Amino acid sequence: MVTNKKNNSSKPVIEIKEMHKWFGNFHVLKNITLKVNQGERIVICGPSGSGKSTLIRCINRLEVHQQGDIIVNDIELSGDLKNLEAIRREVGMVFQSFNLFPHLSVLENCTLAPIWVRGLPKKEAEEMAMELLTKVKIPEQALKFPGQLSGGQQQRVAIARSLCMEPKIMLFDEPTSALDPEMIKEVLDTMIELAESGMTMLVVTHEMGFAKKVADSIIFMDEGEIIEQNNPKTFFNNPENERTKLFLSQILNH
Amino acid sequence: MIKELYKPGSYPNLAPPKGTVGFYGWTKSNLFSSLSNSLLTIFSFILLYFLIDGIIGWFFLDAVFDADSKIECRKIDSGACWAVITRRVGQFIYGFYPDAERWRIDIVFIGLFFASAPLLYPDLPLRRWLLWFSGFYPFIAFILINGGLFGLVSIEINLFGGFMLTLIIGVSGIVCSLPLGIMLALGRQSKLTFVRSISVCFIEFMRGVPLITLLFVASSMLNYFMPPGTNFSILVRVIIMFTFFAAAYIAEVIRGGIQAIPKGQYEAAESLGMTYWQTTRFITLPQAMKISIPGIVNTFIGLYKDTTLVIVIGLLDPLGIGRAALADTKWNGLSTETYLFVALFFFVSCFAMSRYSLWLENKLNTDHR
Ligand SMILES: Nc1ncnc2c1ncn2[C@@H]1O[C@H](COP(=O)(O)OP(=O)(O)O)[C@@H](O)[C@H]1O
Ligand SMILES: [Mg+2]
Repeated sequence: MVTNKKNNSSKPVIEIKEMHKWFGNFHVLKNITLKVNQGERIVICGPSGSGKSTLIRCINRLEVHQQGDIIVNDIELSGDLKNLEAIRREVGMVFQSFNLFPHLSVLENCTLAPIWVRGLPKKEAEEMAMELLTKVKIPEQALKFPGQLSGGQQQRVAIARSLCMEPKIMLFDEPTSALDPEMIKEVLDTMIELAESGMTMLVVTHEMGFAKKVADSIIFMDEGEIIEQNNPKTFFNNPENERTKLFLSQILNH
Repeated sequence: MIKELYKPGSYPNLAPPKGTVGFYGWTKSNLFSSLSNSLLTIFSFILLYFLIDGIIGWFFLDAVFDADSKIECRKIDSGACWAVITRRVGQFIYGFYPDAERWRIDIVFIGLFFASAPLLYPDLPLRRWLLWFSGFYPFIAFILINGGLFGLVSIEINLFGGFMLTLIIGVSGIVCSLPLGIMLALGRQSKLTFVRSISVCFIEFMRGVPLITLLFVASSMLNYFMPPGTNFSILVRVIIMFTFFAAAYIAEVIRGGIQAIPKGQYEAAESLGMTYWQTTRFITLPQAMKISIPGIVNTFIGLYKDTTLVIVIGLLDPLGIGRAALADTKWNGLSTETYLFVALFFFVSCFAMSRYSLWLENKLNTDHR
């Protein structure tokens, strides 16, 4: 088990209150209420189409909610553009399909935003990028292009790229779903290390081994609602909700 | 034949069977793979021999390179009469630009080489210094060509002509239409309705009108639309029209490139906190331009060849000079030689552009190196 380093005087870094979202007429997120404390690791699971991606994309405002509040790092998400960039600086995101910039080298992928968004001098940004690439164990690939790397390596670059912005919160949207089985572990190991360093993480994943090992709490979503939120032990051994039970039996029994 | 036995895991990498690779393998599989293919190959080689023999004879061996008229040419030999070109080569290059001032155009030609090199080849040594020169070059070229400053004799525009005219219109059109095309492509994708509408109208109008009508407009009435007091020379008006026309096409090519970029690229950029302009500059345009290179160069080649249309408004490009030469009773009837020569000039320029675009595409290919 990963030791829990969160401080107990904790004030939530993410607070979502009675939030609703629609795509046109489609009510995709319903009455979401969620608190995430500094250093907390939360795993979100649920069937496909249940709104997991939409929920975490609302947190860095890749999607816009229509009702309720989302407060990230004391900043309320609203239409104000200034807040928007302040939020995105604090929140890193890792995508299922990596989304590396194919025309830039691995190193440039990592330094672009620090130089232009944070205003770091190039040399400093490169030093930090190399440090983080070492942390995800691919410093030797720094001058290659993303297309020359394996899926697992690309996803680790994507993690390093996000970390280069020194975010307070990291969002992961099914980071291992597009990977071949032998590469899943290298990415999960990187994420476990990150969790151990005390990063606040929201992870959408079906890797239940990872959830058991790392999560402080697990959320089960279905049809746009948070059906159940529990600590891993209760979640896996005594789930409260029938639908959670059914879902767990489906993904664990094969 | 006894096969060697290898332990599992120790099987060596063997060479491929004889005759399947290399020159012999290639020849066999491409030229002589079957009886009919072999016959076809032999037949083609024979045909090629006679063709080339005839072509070389007409173009070079039996050709006449200097004579006073077509009749004299025919007296000397039976091949091409290149005298029509060699006697007027000055006109083909400089139009009617006065002999004594042609050195100015020579400098402009040589300068063009040094000004374009750093733009075309990003890895060039001393590129940074040459780029400064590229920046100043248009002004230097303008003053040299036009004159009237620094004691240079002012030259009337109706004396411009030949390759010099093609290059002035072609290069200016290419250089100006690219940035305008990029702006139009971005404008067409803009969230601002006003910007988007203007871009769409401009693009659709320019693409929906024959270039030749735009040239007539340029020659007769463009000054009505300009702010009062301005009076652009005909050449500037023609260049503006070529620029607008090509920019509309380039905008559409680039829009295709922009639309080919996966949504995830924008999401990644946004989630890193990049603004619209940062995303456009570092993520959207580099990728869209790379995809659009073949289409853009295609448009450039089209623009370059379309410069021959200026003949309809009385400007004499190489084609016009050629026609003028043919109108001369001395050279009457040498249209094959004249038009071939003009065609060759355009072919060389356009082929160079095409090769450059291939080279650039290869250089920018980062997918699997
Ligand atoms: N941009 C969109 N426009 C309309 N519907 C969408 C959009 N994105 C997602 N959806 C729909 O919203 C629902 C939730 O999607 P998503 O959050 O991606 O689910 P999950 O990540 O749990 O699989 C799905 O039914 C999906 O079809
Ligand atoms: Mg999803």
